Amino acid sequence: MAADLSGIVIAPPPRRARAAGVYRKLRRWPVVPVFLLGLVVFAGLFAPLIAPHDPESGNLRERNIPPAWSDGQKAVKTVVERLTISQRTTSVTLSDAQQVDPNIQIGDQIEVFVRPAGSTKFLLGTDHLGRDVLSRVIYGARISLLVSIITLAVGGSIGVTMGLMAGWYGGVVDEFLMRLVDIKLAIPLILIALVLVITLGQSLWIIVTVLCLFIWPRFARQVRGEVLTLKHMDYVSLAKVSGASTPRILFIHIFPGTINTLIVVATLQVGIVILLESTLSFLGAGVPPPTPAWGSMVADGRDKLAGGVWWISTFPGVAIMITVMSLNLFGDWLRDTLDPRLRQLE
Amino acid sequence: MLSVSLIIFIMSRVSGDPRHIYLDDYSTQEDWDRMGVVLGLDKPYYQQYAIFLKGAVRGDFGESVREGRPVVEVVLERAPATIQLGAVAFLLSVFIGVPLGILSAVKRGTFLDTFGKFVALIGQSAPGFWLGIMMMFFFAVKLGWVPPYGKQDWNSIILPAVTLGWYYAAANLRLVRSAMLDVMDSEYIKLARAKGVNSRTIILKHAFRNALIPPLTFAGVTLGALVTGSLVVETVFAWPGLGRLAIEALFAFDYPLLQGVVITFTLMYITAAFVVDILYAYVDPRIRYA
Repeated sequence: MAADLSGIVIAPPPRRARAAGVYRKLRRWPVVPVFLLGLVVFAGLFAPLIAPHDPESGNLRERNIPPAWSDGQKAVKTVVERLTISQRTTSVTLSDAQQVDPNIQIGDQIEVFVRPAGSTKFLLGTDHLGRDVLSRVIYGARISLLVSIITLAVGGSIGVTMGLMAGWYGGVVDEFLMRLVDIKLAIPLILIALVLVITLGQSLWIIVTVLCLFIWPRFARQVRGEVLTLKHMDYVSLAKVSGASTPRILFIHIFPGTINTLIVVATLQVGIVILLESTLSFLGAGVPPPTPAWGSMVADGRDKLAGGVWWISTFPGVAIMITVMSLNLFGDWLRDTLDPRLRQLE
Repeated sequence: MLSVSLIIFIMSRVSGDPRHIYLDDYSTQEDWDRMGVVLGLDKPYYQQYAIFLKGAVRGDFGESVREGRPVVEVVLERAPATIQLGAVAFLLSVFIGVPLGILSAVKRGTFLDTFGKFVALIGQSAPGFWLGIMMMFFFAVKLGWVPPYGKQDWNSIILPAVTLGWYYAAANLRLVRSAMLDVMDSEYIKLARAKGVNSRTIILKHAFRNALIPPLTFAGVTLGALVTGSLVVETVFAWPGLGRLAIEALFAFDYPLLQGVVITFTLMYITAAFVVDILYAYVDPRIRYA
């Protein structure tokens, strides 16, 4: 007897299976990090168009406004005619009170905002000078991007050249360059940055110089290692035999072989550069104020935390964390895809 | 070491003349010169450097301009705080990073692995100063569990140490995890499994010892970097250690003190690197017999 199949309906893939499919794609491709990075780059490029307010000037009347979603804080105060400093926490002046309730008399009790509620005008609140935190975070992306791009370009080129030379010539040149790398490891770079800033004043160029000093050894080391294996390749010998000059061999024949490694190193280094840049700005060695940089914004809000004003420090920090996190995730993915041999590299 | 001393010397001379701070507008040229003689600033730079080196070799870094006491004394006074902080942070990074790394490699793909990845990701992405401030806000200001700054009770070390150690815990975790994964894949582990060795012995005796090598290499770098980290963390938490001393000395143009602190940092780094080299040979017999 044939089974009765009429009641059987082929079920569409359950929602969970579809969700699993999406999840698998998310794991295979770095969608989230690339999206977030895109967001940061977009914010940096088009800051003047998307920032709702001027990042460098604010209205002091609108200072320390919390983010849009938070409620204000109210307290009952006594209305007095004149305010002395000792009464500041318990009383308000008549003219201020009349803005809330026109019929108020001296000596009455009134409930007023001690801290204003958040407003949609300032989505992430304002800082101690009344500047919009969101706009400053958006503009802050510019500094971080600018610094990391210049640093990578300059520091990276120096490192690559050094690495190519050390690997190719070997011997004394190699020894000398690798000693330079060791010296860099033994010196607290942040102190050097601070010394330079004290001597020459704050500027973008000091940060970039210091960061270049910091990152070139990483590139040099990695490239040197690659060159050591590549220089014994047949095609390199062939180039040598056919009379190619040393710079030609180095840049046309060997350098392309190191590009995969370089991309990975560069991506992972950008994260570190951004972290260092923000650390320098935090310590006061960054771009001069009032230009918004994430690190100095965290420093601005630091001593306001005890008064419950948490948003000034929090959001720029979150911005740094998200950027660096995306870079790390993206770099990991690149490494696994381009060159799994580098897994040990941190 | 010599090159470091030279860089430090140049660095401190470049940063400005301390006389600008300690003498005011009413001081005469005579005062200026007299202070120069006292501080040894009247001699040409190469002689100043020679004097500095000669003293440094004998452990004499001169007198701190600001405090009027021998630099060695000031440095020794502050050093214990930094060493304490660094040691606790280092231990934290090892005892949290390494076990979590092993666990997430052994129990790959489970909740533990995800948790480990999360800890590592935060540690490597969040800037130390920000993490410190946030923790200070939550645990000290909001919850009042620990003092927000300074060095008073035993529990005031928790926040700075966690702040300082987290990054390196994260790095250790990742290193141990990937090293463990590589090792667990190797032939001798398979052999041990085939022989019927129980998995705990395999993990602890066969795999772990070999997976220790990359994190140990990293430990040398860590100890050096903890110094730089201490500059930031000590500033955030007002921790009375060498990191803050360096920054104070810097802003006071106190050359001898700054030189002393940086030399101490370098010494600490070199000692650490040396210890790591020895441990290295202990863990990896291939180095011992080479």
